[in-house]
Amino acid sequence: MARAVPNSRKAINTAVAGTLGFIIFFPILWILILSFKTEGDAIKAPLQVLFSTGWTTESFGAVQERSDYFKHFTNSVVLALGSTILGLLVAVPAAWAMAFVPAKHTKNVLMWMLSTKMLPPVGVLVPIYLIFRDVGLLDTRTGLVIVLMLMNLPIIVWMLYTYFREIPGEILEAARMDGASLREEVIYVLTPMAIPGIASTVLLNIILAWNEAFWTLNLTASNAAPLTAFIASYSSPEGLFYAKLSAASVMAIAPILIMGWFSQKQLVRGLTFGAVK
Amino acid sequence: MATKASRSAARLMISPAVVLLLGWMLIPLCMTVYFSFLRFNLLNPGDNPFVGWENYRWFVTDPSFSAAMINTLVLVGGVLLITTIGGIMFALLLDQPMWGQGLIRIMVIAPFFVMPTVGALVWKNMFMNPVNGIFGHIAQSLGAAPIDFFSSIPLLSIVLIVSWQWLPFATLILLTAFQSLDQEQLEAAEMDGASWFNRFWYIMLPHLARAITVVILIQTIFLLSIFAEILVTTNGGPGVATTNLTYLIYVSSLLQYDVGMGSAGGVIAIILANIVAIFLMRMIGKNLDA
Repeated sequence: MARAVPNSRKAINTAVAGTLGFIIFFPILWILILSFKTEGDAIKAPLQVLFSTGWTTESFGAVQERSDYFKHFTNSVVLALGSTILGLLVAVPAAWAMAFVPAKHTKNVLMWMLSTKMLPPVGVLVPIYLIFRDVGLLDTRTGLVIVLMLMNLPIIVWMLYTYFREIPGEILEAARMDGASLREEVIYVLTPMAIPGIASTVLLNIILAWNEAFWTLNLTASNAAPLTAFIASYSSPEGLFYAKLSAASVMAIAPILIMGWFSQKQLVRGLTFGAVK
Repeated sequence: MATKASRSAARLMISPAVVLLLGWMLIPLCMTVYFSFLRFNLLNPGDNPFVGWENYRWFVTDPSFSAAMINTLVLVGGVLLITTIGGIMFALLLDQPMWGQGLIRIMVIAPFFVMPTVGALVWKNMFMNPVNGIFGHIAQSLGAAPIDFFSSIPLLSIVLIVSWQWLPFATLILLTAFQSLDQEQLEAAEMDGASWFNRFWYIMLPHLARAITVVILIQTIFLLSIFAEILVTTNGGPGVATTNLTYLIYVSSLLQYDVGMGSAGGVIAIILANIVAIFLMRMIGKNLDA
């Protein structure tokens, strides 16, 4: 039972945490404001920017025109969804088997899968680059979907495994006793219970794939470049157009920011491999 | 319950994942090790003779290697220091009773979902630019000379940017750990007259120890591979002032086309990451038994 906390203390807590939270969040808020300003206003001093009256959406149109935002957006969507779906196809059976038919080596296999995630990508940059060059996968969406799927596969398997393990085996046994076939068992009993876990896994995996910025930068040039690479092209001096950079940034992070806010809990579970509960 | 048939079915279901990951890990790994013993530059086609440890010798004795190692240490260490201490403080704060906790939490966590290239470019231009950035404007209005972040304190600037990205992660995990702390234990200690500091030091911190270790280990794995933030802000410069090991390997393999040298660097990076990974895996394994 929590004790009653005086309102004055609550107010102080709120003020301190609110201020610090605002400071942490400020850069994101700031680009949101700048993205609706003209280039001339965007480089003024912060207070002048705030009180300048010209609000405009012209930067968003300019970004699309200058560097074809939608092409890169589509690439990001294809890479994130493609790698996630492909990953699920491989990971769901594996995690299902590990959770419901545990064998002597299940734990070791799982641990080994996680350990592949610790391999620094730069350690295999050269071979992957050369293989991709030789089989013509450089700067293709297919190639990146495969790489991103493999990168996140250990996390997908791990998360699904922990969710599946929470499904009580007795329910499956009861279904079997009642004469359900394996197919019926999977469709009517297992799937409904597994859907929340799968949904969380999908969410986290989309976030990770969307923001991945090592392979996407090194294996693409233009055709398959997702938003990470699209933004990187603004690092040249011409990127000093603040309003356009802001508009491009807002469009690149908005979808995932919203998804991310819904997935805080899963984030802890997925990224600590269950080591923090 | 597990019959022989279901055992073999299970093995069949696991095998695609195992085979894929094995291929993804072993084939490139073996190639990296193999390349690291060859004189192999994409600019000089022809046969690639076996040269033994020559690539390693060149890579390690190059002055940019020691610079990159120091930069990697400073980058990882600096970010860990800021995010761990900051994360503990934020988690403590967010665990207190307050209004609008959900909203504040969302604001604190937001940077983690910002893609690395966006985060780095926004800080570089909108904040750290000496002429038009916010820090520059603030310095001017105070009558001070604005700091040119990326030429006077380049590495520290990157440490700050990366810390901003990872502070939410540390906060979120430490907050989760805080919330599993037994409140009655704290209240009992308070009734027995333990001061706030003593409660923090003898009850909260030991409870957090495990989560802190996990935060440090996982972040280290990711921070060793920092790349995009450097690429879009400094390109490793000025000179090699912000080149970490990952960036150095990128430069030798994809910019100088020196496959042999880049591979030797890659092997060194793998060994380094493995030292950290061993400790992390041990902790995960322990939890898996429980």
